[in-house]
Amino acid sequence: MAIDFIILNLLVLVALGISFFKSKEKTSKVVKIAFNSLVNTVPYIMITIVIIGIMQGFIPNNLIAEYLGEKSGISGVLLASLIGAILYIPAFVSFPLVASLIEKGASVMIGAAFITSLTMIGFTSMPLEIKEFGIKFTVLRNISSFIAAIVIAVIIGVLL
Amino acid sequence: MNGNKMMNENDKSKIIKSYVGVLIFAALFIGVVILFPERKDTILSESTKYFIEMLLIIPSVMLFIGLFGAWISKEQTTKYLGKESGTKGALIAIIIGSLPTGPLYMSFPIASSLLKKGASMLNIIVFLGACACLKIPQGLVELKFMGIRFMMLRWSFSIILIILMGYILEKLLEEYSNDN
Repeated sequence: MAIDFIILNLLVLVALGISFFKSKEKTSKVVKIAFNSLVNTVPYIMITIVIIGIMQGFIPNNLIAEYLGEKSGISGVLLASLIGAILYIPAFVSFPLVASLIEKGASVMIGAAFITSLTMIGFTSMPLEIKEFGIKFTVLRNISSFIAAIVIAVIIGVLL
Repeated sequence: MNGNKMMNENDKSKIIKSYVGVLIFAALFIGVVILFPERKDTILSESTKYFIEMLLIIPSVMLFIGLFGAWISKEQTTKYLGKESGTKGALIAIIIGSLPTGPLYMSFPIASSLLKKGASMLNIIVFLGACACLKIPQGLVELKFMGIRFMMLRWSFSIILIILMGYILEKLLEEYSNDN
């Protein structure tokens, strides 16, 4: 998270500086667009955070590691994809979590399924996705991501 | 002019609705905290953590959208990410997607502004896929914990499947909009 934040803020700051030097008029437009999109997006992000907070309160990460660590086979892959789809865990935390999962005995296949569905499917951010793209898009993207997670997991499981 | 004004009114009522949504979720949050006092500490500390994360990253993401909106023309977006952009377009979508822009939910407003400017549905799906699972900073963590072989395999097959997904979803969504 810290690296993310530093790189992004530096990039944007430099770009904003260049923008300001090149045209003050356009830069005020930049700020205006930014502000409008902030007002539009903030409520959905706050809803997302509330959902994530409640979820994390009830399903702590170490519980998941315990639970998935004992699973195996294709049913384990399905289960890992399902849990990954519902939960929100930042990618930075998910890799060490998956590493500990594999250490506890889960297969690499399950680890891959978990990471892919965790990152690609956003149950918690669905309000925002629906707002920006509509229900049809959201449902299709999330279902196909679920299938993709299983396919990627099986391929990695077979090849590794 | 008139149409513009109407759209603004529409936008306003949408924004008001979304803030009512926030209030409902805030009530839910308070309700859960009161009903499950033993979970209170975890819920509060986790929410605060994500709230701070959001505060740190959201101004930049919004300015990013602003910079894009003010400096990049519709023609440019269409040229590089539109229907005719082909493999190059998908590659650009993957590269922008892998930039550090925070969690996936921050990518939806970015993707939506790309779409409005003329990017193809295929490239939007590819962009979102890359945003989700092909982030460069996270790659360093993945390398450390999962090893190079796992990472190479996961990244290559993710790219293939994301593009495949883009093709299929673009077709499905087009059929849908033609029906209407």
